[in-house]
Amino acid sequence: MDFGESVIEVSGLRRRYRQSGDEGFEAVRGVSFTVRRGELFALLGTNGAGKTSTVEVLEGLARPSEGRVRVLGHDPYEERRAVRPRIGVMLQEGGFPSDLTVAETVAMWAGCTTGARPAGEALGLVGLTARRDVRIKQLSGGERRRLDLALALLGRPEVLFLDEPTTGLDPEARHTTWELVRRLRDEGTTVLLTTHYLEEAEALADRLAIMREGRIVATGTPSEVIGGYPSRIRFAMPDGWFVGDLPPLAEMGVLRHEETGGRVELQTGELQRTLTGLLLWAREKNLELEGLDARTASLEQAFLAIAGATESSAAAEAPGALTGRNG
Amino acid sequence: MAVNGVKTAGATGTGVPTGATTVTGRALALGRAELKLLGRNKTALYITLLMPLFMVYAMRSGTKNLDLEGSGLSLKEVTMTGAFGYVLLFVVYYNLMSAYTARREELVLKRLRTGEAGDAEILAGTALPSAAIALAQCVLLVGAGSLWLDMRVPARPELLLAGVLLGIVLLAALAAASTAFAKTSESAQLAAMPLAMVSMLGSGMFWPLAAMPEGLARFCEVLPMTPVVELMRTGWLGGASAAEVLGRLGAALVWVILGVFAVRRWFRWEPRR
Repeated sequence: MDFGESVIEVSGLRRRYRQSGDEGFEAVRGVSFTVRRGELFALLGTNGAGKTSTVEVLEGLARPSEGRVRVLGHDPYEERRAVRPRIGVMLQEGGFPSDLTVAETVAMWAGCTTGARPAGEALGLVGLTARRDVRIKQLSGGERRRLDLALALLGRPEVLFLDEPTTGLDPEARHTTWELVRRLRDEGTTVLLTTHYLEEAEALADRLAIMREGRIVATGTPSEVIGGYPSRIRFAMPDGWFVGDLPPLAEMGVLRHEETGGRVELQTGELQRTLTGLLLWAREKNLELEGLDARTASLEQAFLAIAGATESSAAAEAPGALTGRNG
Repeated sequence: MAVNGVKTAGATGTGVPTGATTVTGRALALGRAELKLLGRNKTALYITLLMPLFMVYAMRSGTKNLDLEGSGLSLKEVTMTGAFGYVLLFVVYYNLMSAYTARREELVLKRLRTGEAGDAEILAGTALPSAAIALAQCVLLVGAGSLWLDMRVPARPELLLAGVLLGIVLLAALAAASTAFAKTSESAQLAAMPLAMVSMLGSGMFWPLAAMPEGLARFCEVLPMTPVVELMRTGWLGGASAAEVLGRLGAALVWVILGVFAVRRWFRWEPRR
C-alpha cells in the first residue's frame, strides 16, 4: 500500500445555496485540501463553518458550485457508481424507518452494500448486539448514532466519512467509538471526520483543518497547528504583592502578561523556564500561589484563537465543546 | 433469494468487492423492508386490503343509477373493470404517497442516497410491495369475474397487462411527485385527495366515458388515469379499434413521461427546513 497516494482531493471548492432571486448563501468559499491513503483527517469548526456542506460534496450528495473534487480518483457526484461501493458514510443527520428492528435495518442496508459484513459482526463492532431485535423508534439517540456507524462500516469501506460521529453520545460510548475509529485507521481505512469536539480531533487526527466562515484558516498536524501558540500559567497574586514584584518577566521567558482582579496570567514559549523562575521566587518569598495552573498550548487554545477571531473574547473562557455562534 | 445471495457473498468476502450488488438485489432488499413496514402499519394495511373492495361496493350503486345504454357495457362489466382504477389509486397512489413522505421526513431517503442504490432504485424498491399487491388484486379481480360472475376471460390479456403495468408506474410517479405538497404521512393522505377525486369521477371507473355526454367525455379523456383504465377495460372486455388502442397506449405513455419528469423536477429527498 503506497502511503503517499491521495485518496481525497479538494481544490477551490465553493458551494452556494441558492435562494429565490438573490445571490444565495455561500457556505463553502474556496476550500482546498488533500487526504492521503490511510490518514485520519479532521475538519474542525463551529456550527455553520461549512464542514457538513464540504463533506456532502465529497460524499457525492451535492455538486460543487465551483472547484474540483476527487474521491479515489473519481468525481463523487458524476461517478457515484464507481465511488459508492468503496466508501462508507455516516451523515450528521440520517434516519431509519422507525418501525423496523435494528437487525432488519442492517439486512436492508446489507442488500444495498457490496461485500457487506455479516449483520452480527457489524452490530458487534458498535456494541449493539443485544439490541438487534429492538425497533428503531425505541433506540436512544446515542444508539441510533452507533447503528448509523455500523451501517457506514458495513461494506468495509476504503474511505470513511464521519460527520460529527460522536455528537449525542455519552462519554463512555464516545471513547469506545474513538477506539473503533483508531482501529479502522490502523487497518488502513482513510477517514475524514468532522467534529466540533476539540479533544476528539486532538485524540484522533493525523492532520486537521480548521474551518471558519466557509474557509480553511489553519491546517497541519495537531502539533503544527498548536505550535506557535504560547503556553500559559495562571495564579492568584497573594495580598500585598504585585506583578511588579516578580523577577524581570522577560528574563523568565514571559511573552505577555495580564492581571485582572488579582489573577495573573503569564504567556510563554518556554513553559518550564518560566514556571521554574516563578516557583523559585515564590519559595524565596515564602508565598503560596493559590489556584496555580500551568498548561501547554492545546488545540482548544489554538482553535479559539483561530476560529474565534471574530467572536467576542469571552469565548476564550468557554471550555470543551464549542457550541457555536448561536450557543 | 437474490438478497440472501448478495449477503453471503459479502460474508465470505475479504473487503474486495467480489459480490457486487445488483439493481435487482438492491431493489428487493428495499422492497422487503418496505413490506415489513406495510405489515406493521394498520392504516396502510386497511387502505391496501379493504379500500378497493369497499369502493367497488360503494360506487356500484352510483353506476346503477346511470344510463349505460349506448355504452355497450353492463353494470357488472363497468364495476369489475372500474375496480382496477380503485386498486391503482388506493394500493399504489395512496400508499406510496404516505410511504415516500414518511421515509423523507424520517431522513431515510437522505440516508439511502449515500449508499449504492440510485435514486430511481430507491423509489422503485419502496414501491415494490404496493406494486406486487396491486398486481395480485388485479389478477384476483379477473379470476373472480371469469370464474364466478360469468364474465368472459380477458379478450386481449396483453393490453390488460400493459394497462396494469403502465398504471402502476404512472401512479407511483404521481405519488412521488405529489409528496411535494405533503409534510407528514397523515397530510399526505389529504394531499392525495384531489387526484383521487378527479380520477374516480372522471376517469371512467364508475361512469364509463362511453356513457358520458360527448363534451364531458372529451375532457375526461385527457385526465391522467383515463388511458390506463380504458386500456384495462379493453384488455378484459375487448371491443376497441386498433386506432383507439394505440391512442390510449400513447396517452398513457405521455402521462408516464410527464409523471417521471415531475418527479425529477419536484421530488425532495429531505424535509424542508
